[in-house]
Amino acid sequence: MLPSALDILVSLLLLVGGGFALVGSIGLARLPDFMMRLHGPTKATTLGVGAIVVAAMVHTSATSGRLSLQELAISLFLFITAPVVAHLLSKAALAQKARDGDG
Amino acid sequence: MLTVAVPLTIGLVGLAMALNLWRLLAGPALEDRILALDTLTVNAIALVMLAGIALGTRAYFEAALILAMMGFVGTVALAKYRLGGDIIE
Repeated sequence: MLPSALDILVSLLLLVGGGFALVGSIGLARLPDFMMRLHGPTKATTLGVGAIVVAAMVHTSATSGRLSLQELAISLFLFITAPVVAHLLSKAALAQKARDGDG
Repeated sequence: MLTVAVPLTIGLVGLAMALNLWRLLAGPALEDRILALDTLTVNAIALVMLAGIALGTRAYFEAALILAMMGFVGTVALAKYRLGGDIIE
């Protein structure tokens, strides 16, 4: 079992992460335009999943008794790739709009 | 507290994945579907990490890393296809 302070920290990080992931997906589902819909997953969901990964890192470090930083690679990778994906998708949407003749 | 937080977060992420799935099916443009698939992958990473916490094992770390890499490469390939029609220039 974890000490109570770490238990609260991991639980808080998990709940914040899950909330942000849900907010990003609600944005993806509810917003009216593709350029608006791009905002939700690329910002809110990335932050939320980053928080969940950090929570997993704290949990593994606390239970195994030594610092474990491998999980940080996942959140770092996500934070690096999210803007690249958003840029490529917005470029694709713009090109499609130009092909349709209303861009 | 963790015994409450983990199932609750699994529920939140599951709901998020259901919304992504709805956007994946509803469209309307191909870009929306690509974005929904990418978000589905990112949420799947969160779910895999949550499974790792709930079961107390580290074996899920590699699965999450591979999901992150494959999701990124797949999304980039689909977006490049959508941009120019060919993936490798």
